[in-house]
Amino acid sequence: MLEVLTNAPLNTVQDLGRPESIPLGVACGGAMDRNAFALGNILVGNTPDAAGLEIVFFPFKIRFHHDCVFAITGAPTKVQLDGMPLPSCWSMKARAGQTLVMEAPKKGMRSYLTVAGGLDVPLVLGGRSTDIKGAFGGFEGRGLQKGDLLPCRADTSRPIPAHGLGLADLLPVPDKEGIELHILPAAEYEEFTEQSQACLVEQQWRITSQANRVGFRLEGDTALQTRKPLSLLSHGLLPGTIQVPPSGQPIIQMADANTCGGYPKIGIVVEPDLSLLSQMPPGGYVKFRIISHEQALVRLRTYHQHLRQLTQQVEATKAYIITR
Amino acid sequence: MRISYAGVDAFLLDMSEGVFRDDIQTRIWSLESLLKKKSEIQTIILGANNLLVTFDCEQHEASDIRQILHMTWEQAEAADIIPRELVIPVTYGGMEGEDLPFVAKVTGLSEKDVVALHTSSPYRVAMVGFSPGFGYLTGVPERLAIPRRDTPRINVEQKSVGLAGGFTAVTPSKGPSGWHMLGKAHCPPLFDATADIPCLLKAGDIVRFVSA
Repeated sequence: MLEVLTNAPLNTVQDLGRPESIPLGVACGGAMDRNAFALGNILVGNTPDAAGLEIVFFPFKIRFHHDCVFAITGAPTKVQLDGMPLPSCWSMKARAGQTLVMEAPKKGMRSYLTVAGGLDVPLVLGGRSTDIKGAFGGFEGRGLQKGDLLPCRADTSRPIPAHGLGLADLLPVPDKEGIELHILPAAEYEEFTEQSQACLVEQQWRITSQANRVGFRLEGDTALQTRKPLSLLSHGLLPGTIQVPPSGQPIIQMADANTCGGYPKIGIVVEPDLSLLSQMPPGGYVKFRIISHEQALVRLRTYHQHLRQLTQQVEATKAYIITR
Repeated sequence: MRISYAGVDAFLLDMSEGVFRDDIQTRIWSLESLLKKKSEIQTIILGANNLLVTFDCEQHEASDIRQILHMTWEQAEAADIIPRELVIPVTYGGMEGEDLPFVAKVTGLSEKDVVALHTSSPYRVAMVGFSPGFGYLTGVPERLAIPRRDTPRINVEQKSVGLAGGFTAVTPSKGPSGWHMLGKAHCPPLFDATADIPCLLKAGDIVRFVSA
């Protein structure tokens, strides 16, 4: 059991979401930085679908009610376990009664706390993530409050070294100055003027204050325009889709996006770049770079291969500890 | 049929030819049921005269999926759905139907005529989407096919009956909406996350509104 010691309505239980329920009109949901979340589960020896916490509101404090292997990933926060500082992207065993304190990160927006076995919240519509709008899933369908007791599933992972275990190559956390997002051209890309197609990749796009789990609204010097006004019928919408409403200022759909929409789509941000974007603060800048589907596939496969290697390395390290 | 990428692992199939057409939609329902039997296809999201599919791009080549989609569309015929029929009583006008006077004004009808027209024809659920349990109903009489509000309302109560862009709908939950609200529906919840069948409406259903 984890006891929440601070009120934090925007800190939520998340997993990889419920993609199979999108046809019911239910948002996909799940961790915004799926990369950091995956690494957290790898470090504690979980399957990728185990539930953990997405933390965006700091300082955040919890108390462990039993011995528990946990990991912190995502935006690098100053973490202390009963006053003992821990490195970024680190996993270790907490003893019953110990308190974990996470301070606001200097860079990045979201940190993740995973526990061996995963959080034991009910599976709703194929996922354990919190759907705040629909008030279901996660812990009682809401953000966390002081006094909440979060149950954990049985820890079946291998033992962990006494001082813990971390990742050598730390997660990339983007600078406010800017990141480059790889995108695929979407259905209406060709409907935009040549000038708009050029602007899309040439100009810097500022992330406005309207950037949350539903979507990131961007702002650029030159608005994007289609050759002629388009009136589209509603269609399915996935996280990563870049919509262009009549204002010409793009909106990138994020994890909690509505499941359908009708604005023209100019592109699609592909993983792992969508994870990177989720760490960008309002006021930060992004640039777009168009790649082919083949290139996007190579990047995705390389990334998945990287996750598989990390999983093997973590398991091998833990196995080595046991034999000693 | 126009196919475009909707992600590294997703295609959008667009069959629309301008305005929404019921005959295209019934063929899309058939396509959906055929695709549900294909192990290569993961999630299918119905749209208005379009459909989005996802697939496992580590397991399958996009070109193979594209071919499956083309072939299946050729096989798809008007879906032979035996529709369920729901009758939903509506209290028109008043606080929860505050756009009734506006709709009357722009259509040049009396409020009574708007209600008579809205209750005159059976509607069909084209698809469920946007928010949990939200069913897009087609078959709106031409005179009531008016565009969305210029400015969306921030908070519309659940079970409000709205009208926009040639569709009508009952809102499953409280939230923002750009639709014109005609009244309040009296029906079971349109969405229940914990129920075996979470959505009251499903594509193909017939819905009739009656004045409460």
